Amino acid sequence: MSSSSVHSELGSAAAIRLIAGREVRTRAMSKSFRYLTIGFILAVVLGGVIINAVTGSQDVKNIAVVETSAAAIPQIEAAAAATGVTVEVTTVNDEAAASEQVRSGDFDVLVTTTTPQVTLVVKESLDPSLTSMFAALTQQWALVDAITELGGDPAKVTADVGAAAPQIQALEPGPDVDAGQVAAGYIAGILLFMSLMTTGQYVAQGVVEEKSSRVVELLLSAVRPWQLMGGKVLGIGLVGLAQMTLVVGSGAATALALGLVDTSSVNIGSAAAWALVWFIIGFTCYALALAALASLVSRQEDVGGVIAPFSALMVIPYIVAISIAPWDPDNPLVVWLSYIPFCSPLVMPVRIALGAVEVWEIGLALALSLAVIPALVWLSGRIYSNAVLQTGSRIRLKDALRGA
Amino acid sequence: MLELDALNKRYGPVRALRDLTFEVRPGEIFGFVGSNGAGKSTAMRIVLGVLAADSGQVRWDGRALDGAVRRRIGYMPEERGLYPKMKAGEQLTYLARLHGLSPSAATAAMQEWTDTLGIAHRRDDEVIKLSLGNQQRVQLAAALVHNPEILVLDEPFSGLDPVAVDIMSGVLRDRADHGVPVMFSSHQLDLVERLCDRVGIIGDGAMVAVGDLDTLRRTEQRRWAIVGPAAERWIGAVPAARVIRTDGSTTIVEATHGSGPTLDQDLISAALAAGPVHEFTVMRPTLAELYRDVVSAETTVHTDAGVSA
Repeated sequence: MSSSSVHSELGSAAAIRLIAGREVRTRAMSKSFRYLTIGFILAVVLGGVIINAVTGSQDVKNIAVVETSAAAIPQIEAAAAATGVTVEVTTVNDEAAASEQVRSGDFDVLVTTTTPQVTLVVKESLDPSLTSMFAALTQQWALVDAITELGGDPAKVTADVGAAAPQIQALEPGPDVDAGQVAAGYIAGILLFMSLMTTGQYVAQGVVEEKSSRVVELLLSAVRPWQLMGGKVLGIGLVGLAQMTLVVGSGAATALALGLVDTSSVNIGSAAAWALVWFIIGFTCYALALAALASLVSRQEDVGGVIAPFSALMVIPYIVAISIAPWDPDNPLVVWLSYIPFCSPLVMPVRIALGAVEVWEIGLALALSLAVIPALVWLSGRIYSNAVLQTGSRIRLKDALRGA
Repeated sequence: MLELDALNKRYGPVRALRDLTFEVRPGEIFGFVGSNGAGKSTAMRIVLGVLAADSGQVRWDGRALDGAVRRRIGYMPEERGLYPKMKAGEQLTYLARLHGLSPSAATAAMQEWTDTLGIAHRRDDEVIKLSLGNQQRVQLAAALVHNPEILVLDEPFSGLDPVAVDIMSGVLRDRADHGVPVMFSSHQLDLVERLCDRVGIIGDGAMVAVGDLDTLRRTEQRRWAIVGPAAERWIGAVPAARVIRTDGSTTIVEATHGSGPTLDQDLISAALAAGPVHEFTVMRPTLAELYRDVVSAETTVHTDAGVSA
């Protein structure tokens, strides 16, 4: 009488896919998740804009050049680019009117003559950034004149001088961290902390939601406990990864669009990719641990007690990563925490963004985390399977491990 | 045939099930009655595999029940549960798919059962927004939506309004007529009596009485109701019978130990000798009375055991 026409064998992969699919739909549909994602994106974009306003846009220096000296304009622009000063050069023909504009502040400096003497008109004093620029320019012109007088080739000499540089031998070279790298390190640290925190919370709440609503008994009459847990972790992980990708992507796009990293040695692409890799590793560790511990309680109000130790565990490496690492990337505490599983996802991406890490160090941290994951899978699968159907008071970890 | 064979389960010092054995046959509705804590839910959870027995076996068609068969069971747990914030229809489709139905079959089954149970207009509502009665109907649909080959329902009638009880009874009968073994527990004994082909009474983790109702009732004490002359005027002539109670001109008598097969004839003769007899009926005990006897016997045994221990 087995009329199993409509039933097909549901394999583990299909069961996990179904469960993960439900998680993805539920999260993606929820208003709180959408607002959080939009909030994250706005935060990184606004952060980029603010950084740009504070550091990137040194005010443009307006330089006026009298028409008769217009030949010097390309040299002025080249000198400005070389010294990192943004300039706007305007040609004027009425020297008196231009002087008035210097007085009113429209021009920072007016160049009246360049040969034989360089004459600059300013309101009070020459801006320090322009002082060194014009000093170098004046010396260069003087040199060119002298070489020409001696019958040499000014172009060759200039090139030789430009190429000459001292060779520096540092006895204790510290990693060279610039402002762009510090900003990238900060953003990587904060983003990973926030997203690991929220996704971990989703997992814990999701497990307890199924327990407190008792739907878990109905589900487990159809699928195995490890399938239910695996599907939930996978689904929330995918949603979290999509969120991270959006946020990191918009952060990187903002940085590139505003030219925040043009002068920095930060490699924004690799920092972003590593942030995503470490999110996956961190999420896997925290989600497995939280799913197991959440299965010990039956009420939503007990979830906080489960999450608390992990929040503490996350806060320590997070604080170290964003308060010590940017200023002292080789601090032993930073280095050691960046290897330890559960801590490395919060510290290593910051070190990577700072550009202060060797490839083998990343490899070591990855290997240690990946070695811990199989043990975590076994342990949390066991705890979850034993505890998830027991409702009522909090189950002791020891009992869940033993299998009550 | 679904067989539960010598199931034992212990929670610490409490023996929840003691060699519990019975079977549910294809096409029959089996009523599972017993007081709270007697072991009904424990037995059902073991059948579904959400709880492991300490010993014993559950078999389907002679083979140990495995995951593949379990997915074809329709289950209604004692602790009702659905995702509160998921839409009723979406939830039923999801559960059907978890039981192995294809997307199209799952959707069709969801539509069919929400129609049958009168909740079609609530498909797009979140479960938490439904009335308690409608939540119960969704729960019922959740047990039926994957076209199960076995039904195991823990208290399916509790919390249902009379209309829903009728619908539910009809659905169970219909499933049984399709050859599905249906097993359900209930405290509503009149309902069990009306609906079930066979009944099992569980007490303290063991099956106390099991069989079809007629058999169960026949094995009990013989009783008669006599509408006629007052009992004290004639009962003295029939020493093998004793009066249970009188109600106006109705006298309920019961056979005592050592009564012979002609007791009913002796009773009629004695009553007639005292005056006109208008009615003489054999009284079959109701399930409720049987149940009370069983439960009180259990309690007595317990007390004795407690004293002697």
